[in-house]
Amino acid sequence: MPELTREQKIDLLKIIIKIRRFEEKTIQLYQSSRIWGFLHPYIGEEAIAAGACAAINKEDFIISTHRGHGHSIAKGADINQMMAELLGKVTGYCKGRGGSMHIADTELGMLGANGIVGGGIPISLGAGFSCKMEGKGRVVICFFSDGASNNGVFHETLNMAAIFKLPIIYLCENNMYAISMKSCKSIACKDIAKRSSAYDIPGFIVDGSDPEEVYKIVLKSVERARKNEGPSLIEAKTYRFGGHHPNDPATYRDKTEAEYFIREKDPVINYKEKLKKEKIINISEIEKIEADIIKSIEDSIKFAEESPEPKLDKFLQEVRNT
Amino acid sequence: MHEIEYREAIREAVMEEMERDSKVFLIGEDIGVYGGAFQAYKGLLNIFGEERVIDTPISEAAIIGSGIGAAITGYRPIAELMFIDFSALAMDQIVNQAAKIRYMTGDNLKCPLVLRTQGGSGRGIAAQHSQSLEAWFYHIPGLKVVMPSTPYDVKGLLKTAIRDDNVVMFIEHKMMYLLKGPVPEEEYTIPFGVADIKREGTDVTIFAYSNMVHKSLEAAKELEREGISVEVFDPRTLVPLDEHALLKSVRKTGHLVIVTEACERGSVASDISTRVASKAFDNLDAPIKIIAGLNTPIPYNSTLEYACTPHKEDIVEAVKEMLAKS
Repeated sequence: MPELTREQKIDLLKIIIKIRRFEEKTIQLYQSSRIWGFLHPYIGEEAIAAGACAAINKEDFIISTHRGHGHSIAKGADINQMMAELLGKVTGYCKGRGGSMHIADTELGMLGANGIVGGGIPISLGAGFSCKMEGKGRVVICFFSDGASNNGVFHETLNMAAIFKLPIIYLCENNMYAISMKSCKSIACKDIAKRSSAYDIPGFIVDGSDPEEVYKIVLKSVERARKNEGPSLIEAKTYRFGGHHPNDPATYRDKTEAEYFIREKDPVINYKEKLKKEKIINISEIEKIEADIIKSIEDSIKFAEESPEPKLDKFLQEVRNT
Repeated sequence: MHEIEYREAIREAVMEEMERDSKVFLIGEDIGVYGGAFQAYKGLLNIFGEERVIDTPISEAAIIGSGIGAAITGYRPIAELMFIDFSALAMDQIVNQAAKIRYMTGDNLKCPLVLRTQGGSGRGIAAQHSQSLEAWFYHIPGLKVVMPSTPYDVKGLLKTAIRDDNVVMFIEHKMMYLLKGPVPEEEYTIPFGVADIKREGTDVTIFAYSNMVHKSLEAAKELEREGISVEVFDPRTLVPLDEHALLKSVRKTGHLVIVTEACERGSVASDISTRVASKAFDNLDAPIKIIAGLNTPIPYNSTLEYACTPHKEDIVEAVKEMLAKS
């Protein structure tokens, strides 16, 4: 496997920072009631989306979750359209009809975040069948969570993907919590990756705070999928730095546990340090990246706020199917 | 014209569409070498191969998910649920995913998916294989609901369903697969939302769909001998509904009887009744009558099973009673 180039590494860092700053901003907007409904920040898990999406191409597909902003950004989504969607504007990816949990875009190959935990898992099969029938070597990454791995569709789907050797990478983001339910209390085996043995497919465990490790393991699975050798199951060990949503204080968690992960496993801090140590990037270059990203996010908020609200008559006209 | 069975009409529609459009494929349980539980896909595996006739494990949610995922990435799948009762195993995929995806994403993801299934009683297969669950899907915005009653209708409507860019619940009836009827040799399609008057009449309108069309036609024949002229109105598609034609028929006859095999409580029939009463109340000469299945699980014993759903005698009696009163 070729080593990541300098440019690729810098791109990974940019994506991780972009997701982090985007999420920090959406939390502020949520707490000031400019975003409403549900919001599930991806803070702490950025390296997974960044590493995974770096291992696939524009024409490949991803399927996302309710905690999906990071996946969209890593797949190349336009943050103006994302922010507009979060603010419910007609210029958003879903014309303001979906909000945080339903961002999708055909052009991007982003087949949808999902409000139902596990809801996207079976949909991956159909995208996999498409790729297989089309025969152009396209693949699907299906992101899901530790919580979703306990839903019955996980079994139906992995079994079927394995039978038909579909080109799908099942990427479980085990952030240790499904709202308040600790994964060690809800999952009978220690590692979700072990469940792969039930379907006779490869299973891998990876440190979800390290984008390069995620990239490498996903790439390996992608190459296998492109060769029609079937699906893989990857479990990325990660941690949800905040609560389930911005107003959840997560009092059900052990304080020292959270402190440990935030101190030791922050993908933004760690990857900056790593690239500095490798002399790939210096402090002023990082500052420049940060400033550019913050500016683009401010611009996206401006774009969203200045965008028009959806019109009720147009909405009704478009959705009426009777 | 040739006389073919309902299931042969399905097969013809599917074959023609698969030959016409390489993006159409089939997925479901026992649809390959077995040809489908009701033999509607007999021989299709040999013609189109395993790539386009995908025989799956017993995994209903995964079947529907496969349909959705393929539909949003450019294919036109026909996913089959062997019995409508099994839709309960796939309800998240049907209701929260398929029905929502196009609307929720602002048209960004299109989902041209046909869900073929069948329901109804009459085979002695009891409460988990005999239900009429169309009301579940009728209730969900984002699903079209098609319930064809003849070989002609099933072929034309299935072809339209396959070409539709939305999710279509295509609900057949297990007692109709062997029913024969005329079907044109040349190609045709039937648009959604266009009802068919299966028999013209002037005294009373019977609104019936799926297998109840045939029971209503039998009743109409008998009532004719007593001098009662019955119009049998077959909507063919419940969503979209040809309300305009229904109101026109009711305004002509002044009487509406709605016949459904489904339980009356929370049924499509009660909704049709409300819709007509609120729009054509002044044209009605008698209260609307609903003849429906009993609010009970379908029993195994054949005498009990028979008693739980409407038959010719029930329809004849209801029509006579209604006309005697008005």
